[in-house]
Amino acid sequence: MDRQTETYSVIWLQGAACTGCAISLMNSSYPKLSNLLIDEVVPGKSIELKFMATLMGATGELALEVLSRTEAEEDYMLVVEGAVPTGADGKYCTVGEEPIADQVIRLAPKATAVVNVGTCAAYGGIPSGAPNPTEAVAVSEHLNNQGIDTPYLNVPGCPPEPSWFVDTLASVMLFGLPEADQVDDIGRLTAVYGELIHDNCPRRGDFANGHFARHVGEEGCLVEIGCKGPYANAPCPNRGWHDGLNWAIKNNHPCIGCVEPGFPDLMSPFFEKFGPEESEEMYRRLK
Amino acid sequence: MKQITIDPVTRIEGHLKIDTEVEGNVVRAARSSGTLFRGFEQILAGRDPRDAQRITQRVCGVCPTAHATASSLALEDAFGIRDQVPKNGRIIKNIMLGANFIQSHVLHFYHLASLDYLNPEILKDYTGDAPGIDALVNYLTTTDGSPFSPQYEGDYRLGPEISADLCQDYLDGLEIRKKAHELLALFGAKMPHNMGTVPGGSTRKPDLDLIEKCQSRLKEIRSFIDNQYLPGAIALVEAYDDYFEIGQGVDTFLEYGGFYFDNVSARPQDTPVGLLGGIFQLGNSGVDEVDLEEITEEVTHSWYSDETAGHPSIAKTNPSADKEGAYSWVKAPRYRGLPCEVGPAARVLINYTRGNDYIKTRMDEIMNKLNIDLENCASVAGRHLTRALECKYISDLMAEWSSQLDPGEPSCARYEMPDEGSGVGVTSAPRGTLGHWIEVKGGKIANYQLVVPTTWNASPKDSKGRPGPIEEALIGTKVEDQDNPIEAARIVRSFDPCMACAVH
Repeated sequence: MDRQTETYSVIWLQGAACTGCAISLMNSSYPKLSNLLIDEVVPGKSIELKFMATLMGATGELALEVLSRTEAEEDYMLVVEGAVPTGADGKYCTVGEEPIADQVIRLAPKATAVVNVGTCAAYGGIPSGAPNPTEAVAVSEHLNNQGIDTPYLNVPGCPPEPSWFVDTLASVMLFGLPEADQVDDIGRLTAVYGELIHDNCPRRGDFANGHFARHVGEEGCLVEIGCKGPYANAPCPNRGWHDGLNWAIKNNHPCIGCVEPGFPDLMSPFFEKFGPEESEEMYRRLK
Repeated sequence: MKQITIDPVTRIEGHLKIDTEVEGNVVRAARSSGTLFRGFEQILAGRDPRDAQRITQRVCGVCPTAHATASSLALEDAFGIRDQVPKNGRIIKNIMLGANFIQSHVLHFYHLASLDYLNPEILKDYTGDAPGIDALVNYLTTTDGSPFSPQYEGDYRLGPEISADLCQDYLDGLEIRKKAHELLALFGAKMPHNMGTVPGGSTRKPDLDLIEKCQSRLKEIRSFIDNQYLPGAIALVEAYDDYFEIGQGVDTFLEYGGFYFDNVSARPQDTPVGLLGGIFQLGNSGVDEVDLEEITEEVTHSWYSDETAGHPSIAKTNPSADKEGAYSWVKAPRYRGLPCEVGPAARVLINYTRGNDYIKTRMDEIMNKLNIDLENCASVAGRHLTRALECKYISDLMAEWSSQLDPGEPSCARYEMPDEGSGVGVTSAPRGTLGHWIEVKGGKIANYQLVVPTTWNASPKDSKGRPGPIEEALIGTKVEDQDNPIEAARIVRSFDPCMACAVH
C-alpha cells in the first residue's frame, strides 16, 4: 500500500531546553504519538520527523548527515524547542560542535516555517530569567536580529499542552500559514491562545462571591495567593491537561502564567498577589 | 591514536558530546562533555524560596518530579515544617515521584535505548500478526524510515519475532508512559512540571474518585511492566549477555535513599525509605552510611571559576567559558574524593547488600536464570536489567501506598515562611540520587545548589585526573568499526544520561 498523504519534513532542534516540550507532545492523545510518527496528523497530512535528537535512531556524525541532507532539500518545517543562548560566542549551547545560535541561523532561512515550541523558544522563558546568565533570547528575536524573515509561529507554555502544538501544526497543514488576524501580536494562534484563563475559570464564581483560598491547597479563588490566571492567555480551563483530567487551578495551585512573555520574572513571586501598579502594568501588556 | 567523536549523542535527554581516543580498536581515553549551560543556580538566587519548587522542575522535562520532591524536602527542612506534612501529603508525593520513575524508565528502555539493539528494518521479514506491526511495516517500506533510520551498522541480534514483540512494546510503551503521567497529574495537575508538589505536602486532597482513577491506571501500568517490560528487558540482555562484561565503570556506588515512609527528616539516614541508601564499594560485603558532608563538587575540568568548587551548601556557580583545561559544563561531584556511579544499578547493589528482601529475592531468581553475579549489575546489560526490576518494585509499592490514602483527609500543612533558614532535600530520582541545598536570607534565596544524578555519572575528570563514571566505563572498550562506534553508544546510553539535569 502506498502512502497517500501529503508529507511535511520536520527538523526539531533543541537549544536551551529541558526536553519537557518534546515529552509533553508524547502525551498527545488525538492523534497519539504513534500516529504522528508513522501515520497521519490529520487525514491526508503526515509528517516525517527527519531530525529530532530525543527519538532519532542516528547518532553523532550519522545524525548530522541526516540534518545536512534534510537542509539541502530546503523543504522542511523547523521546530525549535528551547531558548537561544547568545553569550560567550554561543558556547553555552552546542550541538555537533556548532553553537545552536548558528544552527538556527543556518536552518531557518531555508525552512517553510519556524515553529517555536514552548515558552523558552517563544519568549526566552526560564533560561532568560534574571540575571539571564547566558544571554538567552527568543528564537524570533534571534532571527530578527539577523534579518531573517522566515514566517514563524509561537506555541508557548512551560510546556505547552500537546493539543496546543498539534492544533498549530494541523492548522498550517490544512490552511497554510495563518492570516494576520488569526495570530496575536506575540505570534500565537488566537484559536488556541485567544482567551484569558481568568475569564474561563471554573472558580470565577468564587472570585465573584469573595470565596478566596488563603493557603495553597485550599478550595476557592486563588488570586489572593498569587494566581496569575487574570494575566495569562491559554485554554487550560477549557481543555484541561491530560484530556481534561486536571489542571493547576483544579488542583488548588495558583496559575504561574507560564505561557506569557516575561515568564518567569514578571510572574514571580508565584505565590504573591500583584500590587495595583504591577497589575495595571500586566493589563497594559495584555492589551 | 585515532579520535572518535560522538556529538550529538542522541536518544538521551539533552546535549552530550563524547570524545574517545582509540588505539588498536580499544578505547584508551574518554571525555564526556555536557554542552548546554543555562545557569539555574544563578537564576534562583534572590527569588522567593517557594518559587524554587516550580523553577527547579524546569531543569528537566523528563524527571521534573524528582526536582519537585527534592526541592520541597529542602524547603520543608529550611522552613522547619518537615514533621508537619500530613500522611496523605507524604504518600501522594511518593506516588507522584513513583509515577515519574515509571514514565522515565519505560521511556528510556523503549524509546531511547532499544534502537541500540533493534533494527526495525528486520520487520520486513516478519510474518506474524502482532496488531501494531502492519502499520509500522507499511511506514518503513514506503518512507525513508525516519526518525528510526538510519542507525549505526552493528550486531543487531534480534530476529523478526522478538523484534516485532519489541516494536509492539515500543508502541504500547508510548501509551503506558503517558498513562503514568496521567496518574501523576491526578494529584499533580499536569506533566511535565507538576503543580501539586509543595512544601508541606501536596495540594489536592485524595477522594475515592481520585484513588480509584489512580489504582485503575496503576493496574494497567503494572500489567505492562510484569508482562512486557521486565520480561522484555530480560530477553534483551539474554541476547546481549556479553554486555554484562562491557561498560563497567567506577568501583563506588552511591544512593541517598528515597520514598520516605515517615516524616521525621529530609535526611534519609534517619528515616525508613522504599529505596535504601548507602555507599557501596565493589568487592566489599557491606554498605556504609552516606554522610552528606563528604560530598564536594570539583571544577578542574569544568567551565567554571575555581570558587565554584566545594560542598554544595556553600558552593557558588560562576561560569568561565574560556577556562584553560576545561571540557564540560558538568561539574565533577565526588564522595570523599571518589567518583561514584548512581542509578538503578547502584540502588540494586545497595538494596541487595543491605537486605531489601523484595530486591534480594527477585535478583536472586534473575541472577540464577541468567547465570550472572551481583557485580554484573554494573555493566551495560546490568543497568537495563536493574532499571526494569526497579520499575516493577516501585509500581508494586505504589499499589500498597495508594490503598493507604485516607479519603477526604488533608494532604498539605499550613505554614508561615521564616525569613532565614537553610535546608537540604535528598531523594532517589530515576537516574540516580538527587540533592538540593538551599540557604534563605531576608525571605529570599541566598544560595541554591543542585547535585543531580547525571552530574555524578557524566562528570569530567577531577582535580586528581580521575575520570567520571561514563568516561571510566568507556575506557578499555573494544570498538569493532570506528565509523559505527555502537559499543560506545550502548555504554553511554545504559546510564540514561540526562544532561539538562547534569548541568542545569
